[in-house]
Amino acid sequence: MPVTHTQVGCPYCGASCDDLEVVVSDDGTKILEVRNACSIGNEIFHHATKPGRVKLPRLRQEDGSYKDISYDEAVDYAAKVLLDAKKPLIYGFGSTNCEAMAAIGRVAEKGGAVLDNCASICHGPSFLAIFDNGYPSCTLGEVKNRADVILFWGCNPMHAHPRHASRYSVFPRGFFTGKGHKGRTVICIDPRETDTAKISDQHLMVKQGHDYDLFNAFRTALRGHPLPEEVAGVPRDQILEAVEAMKKARFITIFYGMGLCHSDGRNHNVDIAISLTRDLNAVTKATIMAMRGHYNIAGPGQVWSWSYGFPYCIDLSKGTQCHMNPGDTSSIDLAMRNDCDAFFNIGTDAGAHFPIPAVKQLRKHPWITIDPNICMASEISDLHIPVAVVGVEEGGVVYRMDNVPIQFKKVIEPPEGVISDEELFNRIYVRMCELTETEPVWIHHPALDVAKAGTEE
Amino acid sequence: MTNSINLNLITQRAIEEGVAMEKGKTTPEYFEACSIIEMNPEDIKRLGIYRNTNVRVTSESGSVVVKAVLAGQYCPPGLAHIRQGVWANQVVPPRTQSTGVPQYSGFPVTVEPAPSERIKSALECVQGACGLWNGGK
Repeated sequence: MPVTHTQVGCPYCGASCDDLEVVVSDDGTKILEVRNACSIGNEIFHHATKPGRVKLPRLRQEDGSYKDISYDEAVDYAAKVLLDAKKPLIYGFGSTNCEAMAAIGRVAEKGGAVLDNCASICHGPSFLAIFDNGYPSCTLGEVKNRADVILFWGCNPMHAHPRHASRYSVFPRGFFTGKGHKGRTVICIDPRETDTAKISDQHLMVKQGHDYDLFNAFRTALRGHPLPEEVAGVPRDQILEAVEAMKKARFITIFYGMGLCHSDGRNHNVDIAISLTRDLNAVTKATIMAMRGHYNIAGPGQVWSWSYGFPYCIDLSKGTQCHMNPGDTSSIDLAMRNDCDAFFNIGTDAGAHFPIPAVKQLRKHPWITIDPNICMASEISDLHIPVAVVGVEEGGVVYRMDNVPIQFKKVIEPPEGVISDEELFNRIYVRMCELTETEPVWIHHPALDVAKAGTEE
Repeated sequence: MTNSINLNLITQRAIEEGVAMEKGKTTPEYFEACSIIEMNPEDIKRLGIYRNTNVRVTSESGSVVVKAVLAGQYCPPGLAHIRQGVWANQVVPPRTQSTGVPQYSGFPVTVEPAPSERIKSALECVQGACGLWNGGK
């Protein structure tokens, strides 16, 4: 009999849906059916058991081809690259669990590395704005149960978070939102008429890159001051209509995305969005939330903040202290200044998602990719180490976009011999300790407890 | 005399891109989903081309050949969209305004018709940039 796993987490977008049902064949090796997931989540689960998975680490040869090597050899290679480099850059973590993010911390400290995550090219400006201006946020459960006015500003959940609208923000009926979609006013602010704009009650087609102006107009109108006929390409009437809807709201949530963080202004766009939220709280209840891209990209922000005090761009190369300075210790800037001399691409694809000049710069040095799949980064690496797919072949803790931790499940075994991210990083750490003739330091590690119990006897 | 026009380019997500990416970046689906530039019909007319014609997009930091299509999600005149991924990142400027985030959205590009030029595969774009491309053997 095939087994149905319920309440399975989906390892794709920041909505981190945890209501999936996955039907696994009775021998536990094949995924037969995935229910409730969007088309992207569906593809992830089915892709895991398709033929063509890489099952052994691959090392680049002199003729440019790849040769299979053992995990031990790969661990040794990675440990030596880290120890040889003066300032290795360890980047990624959009698609792995918090256990792995904690484990990589030991590796990064030992190697004197810069530790960075995908927020660096994504919601990094949000962090900067949040440090400056606070984060009056809420959980997605509160959005579902309370919010009657939703703003989608520079984000397109119908494409990037396909179930966001149906699970949390637009359609669901909640405790105080019994009318569901009918009881909500949805306002979309985007330079394109996106599919999210099409399901919205009001679409303000802002001139690309002029979000800051429009936020200013919102704040001005909210305080009762006059507006010019048009701001950022949006007619005054439309702005006033949106402001009126917000004033009448019982609970507002502003969701914002890359339209703010990728455009001119970056953190300043987010900063003024937070200020608008604060202003709105004088009239009604208002909250703001970053539309985080990956299912656990809020994770490194959490794990590394409690480990190091900083969520991203963490420079550990100075040994006894760490610091964070985006623009200086951020991956793209390090790459463009040629300021790092080894690159670890973990659970992401810098090959496809970094601007190509940055890829070219990083490729001047050893490049190691740790990822379950063949991707652009794996195809230009010196070493590609395959690992288990988190959320499918490996469980663990992930943080949803509203910073709520969720325990993800494992539904099938990884291909024979393929190990998890956490185990791989621990093995690299142990090997680095062996090579430097130092004692590994474990905190709250089960192996340590076992070892202690052994010595006490 | 070929027409060339200046547009403001943004690069963002699309669900087709997401599905194809999970299928694999070397698949034909990913190629179909991402090697396109979505434009306003007026801009296509200004270029003097039919829809679905290859064009060369050039920015301050690079150049790429993609297929010009009518935007499924309407772009106003003067604005164009290449879905995030391999082809978009051939032209995305790496300048970060000291925040770490490159200029993924809102940078000037020149678009010119390139009906006889070939769209490179994802691997050719990335491996080619790193000197690892062996002609697809």
